[in-house]
Amino acid sequence: MSRFAAVCAALLLAPLAARAEVTLSGFLQQNTAFNTVEANPDGRHYKWLEERARLQLDASGSAWRLLAKGDLAYDHLGRQDQSELREGYVDYTAGNWDLRVGRQVITWGLGDLVFVNDVFPKDHEALFSGRPLEYLKRGVDAVKLGAYPEFANFELVLSQGFRESRIPDARRFRLYDPMPAVSNRETIKPGQGDVGLRIYRDVAGYDAALYLYRGFQRTPSMRPDSMTAPTKISTFYPQLSVYGASVSGRAGEGVLSLEAAYYDSRQDRSGNDFAVPNSHTRLLAGYQIQPAEDLSLGFQYYAEAMNDYGAYLAALPAGFPVEKRWSHTVTARLTQFFRHQTLRLSVYASYNAGNGEHFVNPELRYSFTDKIWGAVGANFFGGKPWGQFGQLSRDDNVYLQVRYEF
Amino acid sequence: MKRWWIWMIAGLLPLQALALSGEEMMKKSQAAFLYPGKDFKARVVMKLINKDGQERVRELTMLRKNLGEPGGEQKYFMYFFQPADVKDMTFMTYKYPAKDDDRWMFIPAINMVKRIAAQDKRSSFVGSDFTYEDVSGRDLEDDNHVLEREEKIGGRDCYLVKSTPKGTDADFGYKLTWVDKANFLPLKEEQYDKKGIRYKLFTADEVTDIQGIPTVVKRTMKNLQSGHRTEVAYLKTGYNLGIEDSLFSERFLRQPPRKWID
Repeated sequence: MSRFAAVCAALLLAPLAARAEVTLSGFLQQNTAFNTVEANPDGRHYKWLEERARLQLDASGSAWRLLAKGDLAYDHLGRQDQSELREGYVDYTAGNWDLRVGRQVITWGLGDLVFVNDVFPKDHEALFSGRPLEYLKRGVDAVKLGAYPEFANFELVLSQGFRESRIPDARRFRLYDPMPAVSNRETIKPGQGDVGLRIYRDVAGYDAALYLYRGFQRTPSMRPDSMTAPTKISTFYPQLSVYGASVSGRAGEGVLSLEAAYYDSRQDRSGNDFAVPNSHTRLLAGYQIQPAEDLSLGFQYYAEAMNDYGAYLAALPAGFPVEKRWSHTVTARLTQFFRHQTLRLSVYASYNAGNGEHFVNPELRYSFTDKIWGAVGANFFGGKPWGQFGQLSRDDNVYLQVRYEF
Repeated sequence: MKRWWIWMIAGLLPLQALALSGEEMMKKSQAAFLYPGKDFKARVVMKLINKDGQERVRELTMLRKNLGEPGGEQKYFMYFFQPADVKDMTFMTYKYPAKDDDRWMFIPAINMVKRIAAQDKRSSFVGSDFTYEDVSGRDLEDDNHVLEREEKIGGRDCYLVKSTPKGTDADFGYKLTWVDKANFLPLKEEQYDKKGIRYKLFTADEVTDIQGIPTVVKRTMKNLQSGHRTEVAYLKTGYNLGIEDSLFSERFLRQPPRKWID
């Protein structure tokens, strides 16, 4: 019986394999980030110190495509083997629908390092440790179904298991911890998956999209077993639904992007549970222009407005930092190319007007040849000790990336 | 004696051809150079060569579809093979006459489609000596075109047209185009800065008939001030392939169909 199945499989796959176009590619990479202010909590002087090799297999037939991106990596800061399957999926493309099954990176929304409708997992540690941009995103193990009837495009993403965002490691970064004395900690991951739907189309020359998501917060919340005498802290991922929309198009000399989303905190709709983030609204307006040759400027205004602010204040335990109801952030990015676009200077800066939270990331990247490039950059953080960037204010670092592609 | 008037008309013919205005000449040239066929596909190999002879290669598949008559709307789709750090990147342009283009880019590293600003058509295309305008055309209405004279280029009879920007905001003074009399392809173009100094030189290095359509399959743009030049070869070319309108969409920016990008 099994022999029969094998013969059948071979018969089915042979023509596919015969017609498949196969390409192998990859890179070798060295990535180092060292502290500029003081050592890590674990005493080390590096945020990142790693060699990495990528092997990418791309095989495609007429309607099928297989893509596998695997990284072999060695970390010198105690994690050692960091090999992983970055992406690995099979595509099937039909006339007006397609299917992608496997580990895949999905990015929704329009923000530049500001996430309104991009509900998919990220690697915040990668961003703050000076790793190449592609490591900002983590793949999800999912089935993505695309349908393209005349009137709109649909993208349905179904994941059986939940994958969280990666937050900075407390051994490498100084993270704000309201209860540092409690060492007994457990992590509870959701036992189910999540689902997202994006609907998009052109509306009078503008790219318009609607987003729906039902799943969980990608970053964890913490709950102590007792507020007065805590002995154990549970880390968990609260239930979340997101309803959002975006539009982008030409406006004046540049491109205008508008995006909004309502974060429905399903686990705490009343806002009475201090451990679960309250429901809130996110708004983003962005504008990008190209004022001169090889120069691009991008500006963003981002706001978050908390629902049930009264309930939040009432539920917040004494001694915990108080967040404002409204949070206003502005960001700017400058990108300038030189030397026939082989040298790129890019500076990204983010500043929160309410609490002074800021993050600055300058980077200079040069392609030595068509196969070798290197980048040098820095991450500077600042703000309140409990804020997103403020807690990292002594984690400033300078990084180097060198990659040989083949 | 009876036939004297025939000779007179014959003598007037070249003058009549010259009377074809510079404007019309450039219109015909644009149609022959940037609009032939209903659609077009080419594997484009660009060599960026500096004055010391060091080379960098940009390789892409370019697909173009006309939406109407020559001079009208066009859609472009580009898929990059080289260099390695932009492999699988795709780029899409909706080109409108007398209006800024719409441009989108797909960045495979983060799987994101981004609309990008496109008001500066005079900026470099992927770091080469060609500008976006050189690749997909400059609005004819932006310049005054005057037919200067006739001249031979490499043994071929050409019209020489001088194009001067109407506005004062252009970054060049004027340009001279040698248009092949037989097929209206531009065989040579010189760009002059505002001081009247020649600074860029375009040459059509090889013209081949593809499906009966004369096509510039090798071209060079040289920056005479820096000594940097870009040589472009069109391989795997084809016209009227039936490229679907649906190709020019976010769906296929993310998943470029193999059949179009080989």
